[in-house]
Amino acid sequence: MTESTYRIHGATGDWEVVIGLEVHAQITSNAKLFSGAATAFGAEPNTQVSLVDAAMPGMLPAPNRECIRQAVRTGMAIEAQINKYSRFDRKNYFYADLPQGYQISQLYHPIVGEGQITVTLDEKHPNSATKTIGVERIHVEQDAGKLMHDQHPTRSYVDLNRSGVALMEIVSKPDMRSPVEAGAYVRKLRSILRYVGSCDGNMEEGSMRADVNVSVRKPGEEFGTRTETKNVNSVRFVMAVIEHEANRQVDVLEAGGKIVQETRLYDPDKNETRSMRSKEDAHDYRYFPDPDLLPLELDDAFLAECRASLPELPDAKRTRYETELGLSAYNAATLTAEVETTRWFESLVSESARAQGKSESDVARAAANWLLSELFGALNRLGKDLETSPVSPAQGAELLALVADGTLSGTLAKQVFEIMLETGDAAGKIVEEKGLKQTSDTGAIEEAAAKVIADNADKVEQYRGGKEALFGFFVGQTMKAMGGKANPKVVNEILKKALG
Amino acid sequence: MERARNASAARMSIDLQTVKKIASLARISVTDGEAQALVPELNNILGWVEQLGEVDVAGVEPMTAVIPNTLRLRDDVVTDGNVREKVLANAPQAEQGFFAVPKVIE
Amino acid sequence: MSNVTDLTVAEIRDGFRAGNFTAREVAEGFNANVAAAKALNAFIVETPDHALAAADAADAARASGDLKPLSGVPIGMKDLFCTNGVQTTAASHILEGFIPTYESTVSGKLWDAGAGMLGKLNLDQFAMGSSNETSFFGNVISPWKRNDGGNASLAPGGSSGGSASAISARLCPAATGTDTGGSIRQPAAFVGISGIKPTYGRCSRWGVVAFASSLDQAGPMARTVRDNAILLEAMTGFDPKDSTSLDLPVPAWEAGLSSNLKGKRIGIPKEYRVDGMPAEIDALWEKGIAFLKDAGAEIMEVSLPHTKYALPTYYIIAPAEASSNLARYDGVRFGLRDLPDGANLQDMYAATRAAGFGPEVKRRIMIGTYVLSAGFYDAYYTQAQKVRTLISRDFDRAWESCDLLLTPTAPSAAFALGEKQADPLAMYLNDVFTVPASLAGLPAMSVPGGLDAQGLPLGLQIIGKALDEQSVLNAALAIEERAGFTARPDKWW
Ligand SMILES: [Mg+2]
Ligand SMILES: [Zn+2]
Repeated sequence: MTESTYRIHGATGDWEVVIGLEVHAQITSNAKLFSGAATAFGAEPNTQVSLVDAAMPGMLPAPNRECIRQAVRTGMAIEAQINKYSRFDRKNYFYADLPQGYQISQLYHPIVGEGQITVTLDEKHPNSATKTIGVERIHVEQDAGKLMHDQHPTRSYVDLNRSGVALMEIVSKPDMRSPVEAGAYVRKLRSILRYVGSCDGNMEEGSMRADVNVSVRKPGEEFGTRTETKNVNSVRFVMAVIEHEANRQVDVLEAGGKIVQETRLYDPDKNETRSMRSKEDAHDYRYFPDPDLLPLELDDAFLAECRASLPELPDAKRTRYETELGLSAYNAATLTAEVETTRWFESLVSESARAQGKSESDVARAAANWLLSELFGALNRLGKDLETSPVSPAQGAELLALVADGTLSGTLAKQVFEIMLETGDAAGKIVEEKGLKQTSDTGAIEEAAAKVIADNADKVEQYRGGKEALFGFFVGQTMKAMGGKANPKVVNEILKKALG
Repeated sequence: MERARNASAARMSIDLQTVKKIASLARISVTDGEAQALVPELNNILGWVEQLGEVDVAGVEPMTAVIPNTLRLRDDVVTDGNVREKVLANAPQAEQGFFAVPKVIE
Repeated sequence: MSNVTDLTVAEIRDGFRAGNFTAREVAEGFNANVAAAKALNAFIVETPDHALAAADAADAARASGDLKPLSGVPIGMKDLFCTNGVQTTAASHILEGFIPTYESTVSGKLWDAGAGMLGKLNLDQFAMGSSNETSFFGNVISPWKRNDGGNASLAPGGSSGGSASAISARLCPAATGTDTGGSIRQPAAFVGISGIKPTYGRCSRWGVVAFASSLDQAGPMARTVRDNAILLEAMTGFDPKDSTSLDLPVPAWEAGLSSNLKGKRIGIPKEYRVDGMPAEIDALWEKGIAFLKDAGAEIMEVSLPHTKYALPTYYIIAPAEASSNLARYDGVRFGLRDLPDGANLQDMYAATRAAGFGPEVKRRIMIGTYVLSAGFYDAYYTQAQKVRTLISRDFDRAWESCDLLLTPTAPSAAFALGEKQADPLAMYLNDVFTVPASLAGLPAMSVPGGLDAQGLPLGLQIIGKALDEQSVLNAALAIEERAGFTARPDKWW
């Protein structure tokens, strides 16, 4: 654990930045938290709305087990305390995107208590310093609807499709001290949520948004007054908000002003935050336990199932990749950062082990290298990702097996892989059809080498006369004569012998 | 300790400004006359409920469920929605599948 | 044949089954009574066609031999229950013209049981009141008059005053009510009928316009205990759409009726002898004790020490919940919208709610908003919920020595309209005997005990243990049989 040295250099000296994040993560579920309407993104306005979501008179909430389960699993993934007793409270305020006039949330008895997330501060160097950021709590609550302002000159339009979608609010402690730490925290949190499967982490679609709490202080002094910038929807913007807001606060303070505790909005186009006057008088939320809902009590069987269904998490996986699979720290970190990469990699490794009849640790390094260099390089070039990869893990494993058993040379393997990307065909089939099999047939190679030697008597002379650089020429010519398919090791040996 | 705090908070009587603040929180517009009339009315009622402060509630949990019962959880199945006509049927102003409200500046 | 509109639910059901009359005859009889009783202002909407359609279906079902429990019985529906395609207002301007696209669970169960709807019954606005004077659609008038020769219009009680008035005047044989702090029992007592509030969670609250969620409970109102048992069986039952609904089978309450109270211990809570209680109420109570003794019950005094705190507790919790429950009436998705020139969204809310809610509703929203607001929440709301726990414990302790409680239903007979309107607190005191059972979620029933000197009905209340509606009904039946209450208002409307 290291102290952050990030400072805002003001006219009166250096300022330390204190950051806390409230991340709203949409819980992955088919139906909404308290109604049976669907949660899918991008539907026609007000089609994924039940009468409950529209807060019609007499409508009542009925909670979705899966949303509770996912919040509990998420809590377990960050080693948090799980509260077997929790309650839903109403947060009362008036806004057009809030049909009930209150949001059902959890203030007094959240479902998840204190936990923690460890981040690597320099993600390029996986063995660099780490920092543990405290998580204060996770509670479950309803999302609001959406207001559209651009459709009409004097009216705003209300779409309630998101109204009532389940969210986890993951509240960190004010433990972060720099934009980099905050960025690392959000990325790590996102990675964990995606491993657990409790949130798809899709920030563009609003599945994850952060409320960014920022204050500044002279190092060692008490916390300053904080501002909260709402609904920041990318890691880059989170970092930009912190930098901008910290600088703004330092300017205000150094000019003799005071920071007002307020809600602010980030404008990514102008890269600035501004006060949200529309929410100004909504401070008194009059929280009280929702009388439509009884206390939520979780039994041991429910908790046991939640725990049993947790996958291996990124930190544990990374360590295992290094110790059991023998991967480099960098490769292990890269492969475990995203759950899709891990899944693809583990599938590739198990298919490879099966195809080659070897243990996973025997095939893992080659698999990791191929995935990180060859496959990622190709996908990059094609503008694709693992999900849309034209090559499956099983197909990759077949290719790697052909390299391992000497059927393909590195060069041939690259050639076959290119064809696989284009056609989607299996490596074996390509090798068969195009005759790309590497040959170690000494007879054929000896024949080709003999012809090259016979055809280039002058060069043989020069070589034998001491111009050893010419050896490469003979190798090249022999390989060419073999159509590139000769085993280079065998070619070398035969030429060495033939040229004396 | 707790009782003393409760009692002192409850003893506060409300004035015209407080009535206006409550009305604003509750989003009910009131004229000055209405607010003025509400001051004694609300004080009467609050003064009367204030007697609860004298009850010794040490060690007593606030009631959460009148009849012992715990929260049931439903299955994660889509059973509702796709009822836009029903949702919008009573709207004072609905346009292009949306509810319309005066333009909001955020 | 005697007039079908004089029959009880059981008599209509059985007479119809026996072929003594058709369901259409019954529906037409009540429709005619409803149409002729505008002066009572008991209905906000009349639905004669609904009643006739159900009647025709019942007649057809009788012919084909598949009758339902309430086939042939038309009823009134309190206008707090959302009814598909039929205006539902909660007696508030803010919901005027609101036509639900859905049916409340309770009303749906009644239609499924074969009942028809005569109309939507008037009530106190959002069920907030004890006299029906807070209705936007004008107050309901009790069919009863004092025998003092004066012609004062009397309050039918509230909030289910339309239900009470209509049943008492034979506009319907039975009706639904809802009870948050006494809104079934007090109006039943005022007009000389019976009504039961079952255990909290027995009737689904889904589709019932909410007043105070932790207290609201639907129940039947009718002229006899048996009719209440019949209706209650049709209205109750588990509903997964209401998280507070009890997942229990519906008992056969009608079949279980018995007025033999041998072995039952009846507690008389001494704290209910409040200062200034009219002697007639006291006398009625003594009469009730004698009835129950006569039915074989053992009578004992019990103590419910926190009784005096029930009313102030209620007037914190109910307004607090209401202030939040009524936030959805904002002019955006349904109901009234008041959009003054140049108004922004928040102005629109404030204008709409100012124009749409009546004075008592506003008063309670304001109280509720205040007691939940920053700095006051613990002193008021949390304290009230703790006292509520103590009130509930009082009952638990009483159940260690007795099975049921007997009390008067209300501290007075029906008062004149306008008499208590000026003083909200005086009005609130009407609920002093009914509120404690509401706070504890217990089943409680009012049954007519007799008349006062002015010839007005007085009710006795039976409070039972949670889920023990059967004992409540049985004790009420024992009183009913002995009180011989046959008085009915002279028709003047
Ligand atoms: Mg926040
Ligand atoms: Zn939140």
